[in-house]
Amino acid sequence: MSFKKGLAVVLACATATLAFAGCAQSSGNTIKIGGIAPLTGDVSVYGKAASNGAKLAIEEINAAGGVLGKKIDFIEQDEEGDPVKAVNAYNKLSSQKVVAIIGDVTSKPTISVAQKAAKDNMPMITATATAKDVTTYGKNMFRACFLDPYQGETMATYATQNLSAKNVAVLYDTSDDYSKGCAEAFKAKVEALGAKVVAYEGFGKGDTDFKAQLTKINQSTPDALFIPSYYNTIALIATQAKEVGIKATMLGTDGWDGVLGALDKSNLAVVEGAYFCNHYSTEDKSEVVQKFLTDYKKKYNEDPNAFAALGYDSAKILLAAIQKAGKTDKQAIIDALAASDYEGVTGHISYKGTGDPVKSVAIIKVVNGAYTLDSKITAQ
Amino acid sequence: MDFIYQLINGLQVGSIYALVALGYTMVYGIAKLINFAHGDIIMVGAYIALLAVGSMNLNIWVALLVSVVFCVILGVLIERVAYKPLRNSSRMSALITAIGMSLFLENLFLLIFSSNKRPFPNSFSGVAFSIGDKPISFNTLLTITISLVLMFVLWFFVQKTKIGKAMRAVSEDTAAAQLMGININTTISVTFAIGSGLAAVASVFYSSTYPLVDPYMGVMLGLKAFIAAVLGGIGSIPGAILGGVIMGIAESLTKGYISSTLADAVVFGILILVLLFKPSGLLGKNVKEKV
Repeated sequence: MSFKKGLAVVLACATATLAFAGCAQSSGNTIKIGGIAPLTGDVSVYGKAASNGAKLAIEEINAAGGVLGKKIDFIEQDEEGDPVKAVNAYNKLSSQKVVAIIGDVTSKPTISVAQKAAKDNMPMITATATAKDVTTYGKNMFRACFLDPYQGETMATYATQNLSAKNVAVLYDTSDDYSKGCAEAFKAKVEALGAKVVAYEGFGKGDTDFKAQLTKINQSTPDALFIPSYYNTIALIATQAKEVGIKATMLGTDGWDGVLGALDKSNLAVVEGAYFCNHYSTEDKSEVVQKFLTDYKKKYNEDPNAFAALGYDSAKILLAAIQKAGKTDKQAIIDALAASDYEGVTGHISYKGTGDPVKSVAIIKVVNGAYTLDSKITAQ
Repeated sequence: MDFIYQLINGLQVGSIYALVALGYTMVYGIAKLINFAHGDIIMVGAYIALLAVGSMNLNIWVALLVSVVFCVILGVLIERVAYKPLRNSSRMSALITAIGMSLFLENLFLLIFSSNKRPFPNSFSGVAFSIGDKPISFNTLLTITISLVLMFVLWFFVQKTKIGKAMRAVSEDTAAAQLMGININTTISVTFAIGSGLAAVASVFYSSTYPLVDPYMGVMLGLKAFIAAVLGGIGSIPGAILGGVIMGIAESLTKGYISSTLADAVVFGILILVLLFKPSGLLGKNVKEKV
């Protein structure tokens, strides 16, 4: 009985899908773009921000007349942060004949979808999936964000060239892939650029005492100290670094964003003069950033985070590519994406043979207890 | 030079462990109870000091005093409400109550202050003196000297005063002490008061070195201090101090010279070795069970 019921439901669904598919082919005045994001569940904070950013970009373009003279129809699927549901969402979108997909948001489900999308040669751009594998499954896969190792390389370039550091030290979380990836890339790049890594120290998850490592680092008198970790840990490390008398310039990655909130105002001096890289800076006075900030705030009544900015850029890149391709043919869109040259909120983005962007990174400096945009650089 | 500096780092962490371990060991010595809520008293102390400095703009020393007074009252209250009614029931019931009290305090503070970590102000800034070209901060110096002074005062109190003698008597034989006219309730209350007061002092120095306060900050610190107490011999006051200092220095030297990730392994390794050869801890008394 229940089997029969189930069958009936499946049949009903199939009919409905067919009906939709029929609609898609017949309606000629819109271009369908699919969106996959975790809109509910544990990682919904990221999913919603990225999706809001993408929707803002699509709305702007629709208001300006759309792409190829047609309006964009953005069909979004919630995958709840689950790789299986993400693949289901992809299948659903694919059957609705979308021409390209913006998504997914976190790395694991994105990889699942990417494997499927590669077989269909479906143009796909993810805003924020940073794992290395994401773009390795096919030429159809692109991303708007930089990778973890890229941050290490950028900071290495900045330390050796802009700060002319000769001896650098690294302190990283041995239990965290993000921290480890950044630290390894930093070390390799610094050595390639001719500077010396005089100390390479680790710490464990949940540690609060770093004085032993910092004392050891201080013994080697580095010019710069690279600490790729998250803001709460940085608050502890920076305080203790000052206590043991470390004078080296501190360098960090996008995990540092928020460190000023994790320090009491009487203690802000411990990160004074530190540099870290980030996807973009709200202090950036450039027109595209300021316009994005005001528009986003007007629409959603909150400040956009880096996920929202990347979501916005990924939608803009895709739509610009479709416009340039001049048609909605999959291969034409992929070719246009690969030739992207786009000035976005999160910096200048282009692709050199892979789906990973060559893009500029914002270097933020802490000056007088506030984040200031120091410069925008591109790693070599 | 580096070695001396690492020793001082170890001594700083070790003296905080020792201050907290004293609370565990004294309560165990007298009430035969492992007070698992002790670690959370540290957390409460840190929040009170934070509120006193942050919201009421008090001087850090006044805040320290406020925190000590609050924790003393809280410690005594916890004993009266949660442990006293169970004094004659099985040790397991008391232990479970202690764990319950610990969870209660954590969740209460989670509810009031949320799980967000709060920054603690920079309280004892500046450099006290330098070894070679490396500075020793005022904070480090204060933590070590104040802990030493408090340990000496405690030793004097336990050895020389009347109530100290009563504490020692109760710890040796509760029934006999009662027959000699010692007020058990007062003695136990004083023990909890001293332990909680020391925890409050430890919390302020701990938070000024590691300036983030959250409802679970006492868990790991409490656990480490408990291990220090066991290492030194639970029930023994000099043992708690020795255990705390050994743990602090072992951690610091392991991180400095072997590997940062092995610090906990070395500390627990020392504990296992000590317990293998001296099951009652370094300075613990070997109590023979009567059959």
